[in-house]
Amino acid sequence: MQVYLPIAEMSVDVFLILGLGGGVGLLSGLFGVGGGFLMTPLLIFVGVPPAVAVGSEAAQIVASSVSGVLAHTRRGNVDFRMGAVLLAGGIVGSTAGVQLFAFLRSVGQVDLVVALSYVIMLGTVGTLMLQEAVRTLIRHRRTGVANRGKLHQHNFLHGLPLKMRFPKSKLYISSLLPLTIGMFVGVLSALMGVGGGFIMVPAMIYLLGMPTSVVVGTSLFQIIFVTSNVTFLQAYQNQTVDMVLALLLVAGGVVGAQIGARVGAKLRGEQLRGLMALMVLSVAIKLAWDLVSTPEDLFSTGLPESGGSH
Amino acid sequence: MRCAAALVIGLLVLLMATPARAQSLVFDLSSHLIAITTGFSGIELLLFGATEGEGDVVVVLRGPETAPVVRKKSRVAGIWINTERAQFSGVPAFYRVAASRPVEQVAPPPVRARHQIGLENIRMTPPTDARPEVAAAFRAGLLRNQEARGLFSSEVGRVTFLGPRLFRTRVFLPANVPPGAYTAEVLLLRNGQVIAAQTTPMFVSKIGLGAEVYDFAHRHAALYGILAILLAAASGWGASVAFRKA
Repeated sequence: MQVYLPIAEMSVDVFLILGLGGGVGLLSGLFGVGGGFLMTPLLIFVGVPPAVAVGSEAAQIVASSVSGVLAHTRRGNVDFRMGAVLLAGGIVGSTAGVQLFAFLRSVGQVDLVVALSYVIMLGTVGTLMLQEAVRTLIRHRRTGVANRGKLHQHNFLHGLPLKMRFPKSKLYISSLLPLTIGMFVGVLSALMGVGGGFIMVPAMIYLLGMPTSVVVGTSLFQIIFVTSNVTFLQAYQNQTVDMVLALLLVAGGVVGAQIGARVGAKLRGEQLRGLMALMVLSVAIKLAWDLVSTPEDLFSTGLPESGGSH
Repeated sequence: MRCAAALVIGLLVLLMATPARAQSLVFDLSSHLIAITTGFSGIELLLFGATEGEGDVVVVLRGPETAPVVRKKSRVAGIWINTERAQFSGVPAFYRVAASRPVEQVAPPPVRARHQIGLENIRMTPPTDARPEVAAAFRAGLLRNQEARGLFSSEVGRVTFLGPRLFRTRVFLPANVPPGAYTAEVLLLRNGQVIAAQTTPMFVSKIGLGAEVYDFAHRHAALYGILAILLAAASGWGASVAFRKA
């Protein structure tokens, strides 16, 4: 059954989009990540214009983070104070990111920058995750238990000014650190159409030293607002948010995520992370290959930007 | 079946309407308004008509004029990057040709050029700042891209004659057919000379929910953005409630 996407100006098979939503939802439920970093490239693979894929995916992430954060709030796993600081940086970063996006679109480099950001971010995060998972697995074999080591090490980052207390995370650190992280992830969120959880979560654990229990809830909390900001600005400035597409993805995604969460509870953590790392890396390799291999046609045609009505 | 009935009725009307001063060419379309609705997946357009006396018929369907930007990639530090651009204008957004015989046999090159028969004869305003050979390369790229998208076609559709005077052809408008004002031009040729030409307009427009969403998103962009967030948040909340109960 075909449905016409009004903003993307193309017709797609409803079941293909529901299936994509369900499949990525399943993986995100399984691994506890948003899945935006998989969904945006997949949408581009099926022919959705990159700008629309990025804008609509932001709206879908709003929906999936809302349902995720509700579950975490009930369990008390959200550090609202830390979330607010990350969010302050995120709003600044994502606003700048949408401007950058509009600029890149006008000079015809948006596809390149989106692809490059994906290759670099997914390549780095995937490699780090794989290393960590393999190391844990090996240690597991040797000792039978995974020892967690120190909660976090002290380094120069802890000497920065504007220190702030975060009781829920049991931290006393400079607020500049979460502000900067929030800002950086905000830019990526706007450029890549992702929530940024896959960068935010490792950054919170390894850079901020937050306890793992509050990391996912807090990250989801601030992702709601950052992606809301992205959704609004992409809709307002670039008219690239296709709500028909976003709602179809949400419908598929919520079902998939529930199934994924149930399956995930039965699997071991480091195995899951290893699988996740392989998946992230394969997306990165595919995108990198597309950048370096000779394109079928060196010429590409884009219609002029309509410029909107304002 | 409906198309066939429409064809017969249409032809009867056309024949009866033929005035005393006989027109040598009349034709019509099965529809002058193509509606892109929510379930739109392309549509077949029927063009039919009658000629006075024998001859060859060529049909040219052209979409609204656009001003596309063509970009060329080249390798920079191992990566393919858009490095050059050229802006064209007056390019039809959609283009199809159909003919009763191969166009090379029907019309000599000057006639094909004058009536824009064939991809190589589509008139457009080339970029002003490019050398001719560069502009030609970009033009070729533009034609390839539009053909790959199914918006242009180098294939010539078939105009079939039913008896010596009645002709018809079908043009498929794909799901991505651009909205706007189209012109269908029909030429009657004899011995390589155009002896009659007629044009008729056709409109492709978005209608229904999809059109309203598009319109709203462009006209009230801020409000659309806010509604998008509320809708997304509500559906996320709804999903959470639904699955907590289950």
